[in-house]
Amino acid sequence: MFPSINPRIGYTVTILALAAGAFVLPSWAVFLLNLSLSRGLVVLGLLVIWRAGLMSFGQALYYCLGGYTVGLVGRYLGWSDAFLLVALGTLASVAVAVPLGFIISRYREIFFAMLSMAFSMILYGVLVKSEFLGSTDGFNVVPPTFLGWAPEGDRLVQAGFLLTLAVSVIAGIGVRAYLHSTSGHLATALRDNEVRVEYLGISAQAVIHAKYTLSAALAGVGGALSALFIGHIDPEMAYWTTSGEFVFITILGGPGSIAAPFVGATLFQTVRTYAFQYSPYTWQMVLGAMLLLLILFLPDGIWSLVQRKKGRS
Amino acid sequence: MALLEAKGLHKRFGSVVAANGFDVAVNDHEVVGIIGANGAGKTTFVNMVTGYVTPDAGRILYAGRDITDLSPRKVTRIGISRSFQIPQVFLTLSALDNLLIAIGIARGELLRPWRPLRRPELLAEAQARLDRYRIGEYSQQKAVLLPQGVRKLLDIAMAVVNQPRLLLLDEPTSGVSVEEKFGIMDTVMAALKEQQVTVLFVEHDMEIIQRYGQRVLAFYDGGIIADGPPERVLADEQVQKLVTGEVLHKAHPSHGGGAHA
Repeated sequence: MFPSINPRIGYTVTILALAAGAFVLPSWAVFLLNLSLSRGLVVLGLLVIWRAGLMSFGQALYYCLGGYTVGLVGRYLGWSDAFLLVALGTLASVAVAVPLGFIISRYREIFFAMLSMAFSMILYGVLVKSEFLGSTDGFNVVPPTFLGWAPEGDRLVQAGFLLTLAVSVIAGIGVRAYLHSTSGHLATALRDNEVRVEYLGISAQAVIHAKYTLSAALAGVGGALSALFIGHIDPEMAYWTTSGEFVFITILGGPGSIAAPFVGATLFQTVRTYAFQYSPYTWQMVLGAMLLLLILFLPDGIWSLVQRKKGRS
Repeated sequence: MALLEAKGLHKRFGSVVAANGFDVAVNDHEVVGIIGANGAGKTTFVNMVTGYVTPDAGRILYAGRDITDLSPRKVTRIGISRSFQIPQVFLTLSALDNLLIAIGIARGELLRPWRPLRRPELLAEAQARLDRYRIGEYSQQKAVLLPQGVRKLLDIAMAVVNQPRLLLLDEPTSGVSVEEKFGIMDTVMAALKEQQVTVLFVEHDMEIIQRYGQRVLAFYDGGIIADGPPERVLADEQVQKLVTGEVLHKAHPSHGGGAHA
């Protein structure tokens, strides 16, 4: 929206404003932002594979794995350090994505999307049948601590948000560097012509496998952070509608920038919150109408508004 | 030792025999033209050498190493590249980005995902390579908008980024206007000679075969019916009857017949 401003300065100002917001905004707003960024991280992962022409309708698998890892480690080992739990949640997602990636990287288009959804629904099924994990009710996650510091109430909300913000900034910078690397540029190349990629001496499957694993790691981070700061997990995290929301946000934000997933997630979360509040029985219709309008009028997502403005100046 | 050696190559597609068990050897620094009617097995031979098609029987040796069962990317990695009859480029990317990606891969940048691809030294190399193939002025154009001749050159320029020892060109001038053909071949052959690449090229245009081939292989019905210098192969009676058609050889008007159709 500010075409004359150097994007680096724009990002820095936004990040600082968000960090300051943690101390100024009401608790519910900070919580909402935290949730938005956590989901933005998942969508950032989807962006990575979307650029290669692939879309996962089962990203909730890794979102849920990240969340349940946090919950289970807290419950059975009693560990509560947020940094450690988030790291473990990410690792768990990667540990599952690497073997599954060998299968899924052989597929493209709708087959890729459906297979990824199938895997997430298997996890959902297992969790629903696991009564010792609370079945469909799930269970509460231990309150997080930060290197020994155990905040409560508003302080916890603030600390949680700052952690998520920090993780988002690091992930954003990392993914941005990745997208500009040879491997990142290869996304478009893969979408255009896999034959040529193979004849350049590279396994298209291996590149997709790597991208898939990266996207799973980001979904794991997002799931771990959500679980920690919502304080509760249930199998719904792995359900296909959760994946659908991530896809929704990906389209909402657009493929244009690493900021788009976070902007899209915040907008989505806000619209959903208000839609739910004002029309509790038809809020899904509001979201549906929003998606329809978006596809019709802003097929490249809301971030394309920013780019359009840039292009004009 | 020959750079490329095929021994007893057999390949059938249903009832079509694409390779009937022929032997052939290509030496270092040779420029070999491959001729033959459609369905004679030329492209199948290229596909077998580059790992796209596996022969039913027979072996392919490259610098003494058996490469019969290697995949296209492994074949590429050991120094055999190819271009395509229909250029295989990244259509939504600019010509420069097409080459940048090839350069990034050749330099092993895939394992350094934190280093940007658009670095000055890589950009300069990409532009220099485009210039060498005389398509530097198109660097910023999307490949999908490029004229066919330019796209063909781009395809070849990408194929040689990893410094292959052997390059297979599948119909480098097909789909290109008559006026452009020689310009393209001059550019390609000069650049390849500079890089000291051994070249196998499939071609339908006998003028091009005569001008650029040091040696010609004539394919017919999955076999090689003549192998030698262009003058001799193109003068071969069997080749004239089965492959080139007499009309192309105006030096022998007596053979004119009904081949004008």
